[in-house]
Amino acid sequence: MDWQIVWQHFPRLLDGLYITIQITSLAVLIGLFIAIPLALMRLSNVAILRWPSSLIILFFRGTPLLVQLFLIYYGSGQFRHELDSIGLWTYFRETYFCAVLALALNTAAYSAEIFIGAIQSVDKKQVEAGRAYGMSGVTLYRRIVFPQALRIAWTSYANEIIFIMQATSLVSIITLLDLTGVAGQIISRTFAVYEVYIAIALMYLALTYSLVFIFSRIEKYLRRHET
Amino acid sequence: MFDLEGYSGIIIAGLKQTLSVGVLAMLLATLIGILGALAKTSESKVFKAIGSFYTATIRGIPELILLLLIFYGVPTLLQDIGASFGYEFVLNFNSFVAGTLTLAFIYGAFSTEVFRGAFNSIPKGQIEAANAMGMTPMTLFFRIKLPQAVRFAIPGLSNVWMLLIKATALISVIQLDEVMRMTKVAANATHKPFTAYFFAAMLYLGITLVSIGVQTLLEKRYMRGH
Repeated sequence: MDWQIVWQHFPRLLDGLYITIQITSLAVLIGLFIAIPLALMRLSNVAILRWPSSLIILFFRGTPLLVQLFLIYYGSGQFRHELDSIGLWTYFRETYFCAVLALALNTAAYSAEIFIGAIQSVDKKQVEAGRAYGMSGVTLYRRIVFPQALRIAWTSYANEIIFIMQATSLVSIITLLDLTGVAGQIISRTFAVYEVYIAIALMYLALTYSLVFIFSRIEKYLRRHET
Repeated sequence: MFDLEGYSGIIIAGLKQTLSVGVLAMLLATLIGILGALAKTSESKVFKAIGSFYTATIRGIPELILLLLIFYGVPTLLQDIGASFGYEFVLNFNSFVAGTLTLAFIYGAFSTEVFRGAFNSIPKGQIEAANAMGMTPMTLFFRIKLPQAVRFAIPGLSNVWMLLIKATALISVIQLDEVMRMTKVAANATHKPFTAYFFAAMLYLGITLVSIGVQTLLEKRYMRGH
């Protein structure tokens, strides 16, 4: 047992942790921007909007994230010429881009499902009242539906963020140097297998429970009007 | 569309391993879940603490790290411990066993929460009545608590199963010949990575859809008394 190795490489592990946090933040932000239209499309009365959204959500929730990651990272190679001709190959060649894209699409599907449930559970009478008051669709959503849906969705959405943060460890499989990737590199040089894995397990634990703490504070804030 | 030059056969062969690991891990996870829930709802502070420690730790560590820690870390740790006592040996885990146990251990924590909720939704009056009738704790558990807890637990356990079967894809990392690893072989041989991984995706999607169907049937069957 050699814990000294962990201390020696601690700055490198922190670099990895930084990449983990960076990828998580990017995926969650981009995912949120995809999730909201996805949810609204699913809730629309127009079948041509509803169907694509349902299929996307089903695909990303019904298959493993690892398959999605490989489909984008390795699978894009099959369409190299096509992607090249529209100028997208430079992006798909980048591991970082593929990793963030896969994680963002995955979390978008799960978040959309959460938002759909939340929007549906906003009291219908309030929507009717808003309409009777002459509110336009956008105002109605901004003032009545979204603030309440956010409160309803928050607990599940916070859990989803924690899930996707942990899922970022998969990007190490496509050679990205996140916390797990850096750990793999250190192990292949030092052979301190369990010391390094235990160390990063503790770092992920710390990150998870920091998020749990922050999210519960936000929940308190969102529920400040309730008694 | 799925022209994989005959390689789709090996991916389907991988499906057997995926389902074996999945079903076995799910059975163990259910068992762990019942025991974990009993620990968490017990009167004993020690059992409660062990149960809470277990679920809280699993929640905070990514699946991949636990898998790597168990598959690569534990044998090395045991070798080091052996060496410090003067026994030199080389230990390797079987990837099927390590994968199954890791998934059971992780999803056992999820099942623990499911069963805790299920045990808590059994009306207290029934338990008091059983006690008043002089039932032993064993009889109380097998006749009153467990049959009803299973009914309440079905939706939650179905979710655990669907998460677990998707998580089996990770075991390809420790070289088990399941769907993902066989897909990699097919992708490399045919130079059609997209087609190969899309085929794999459809297999997982198929499992998910069948599972949703079975869940609906089970819920109907177990709810018929209500």
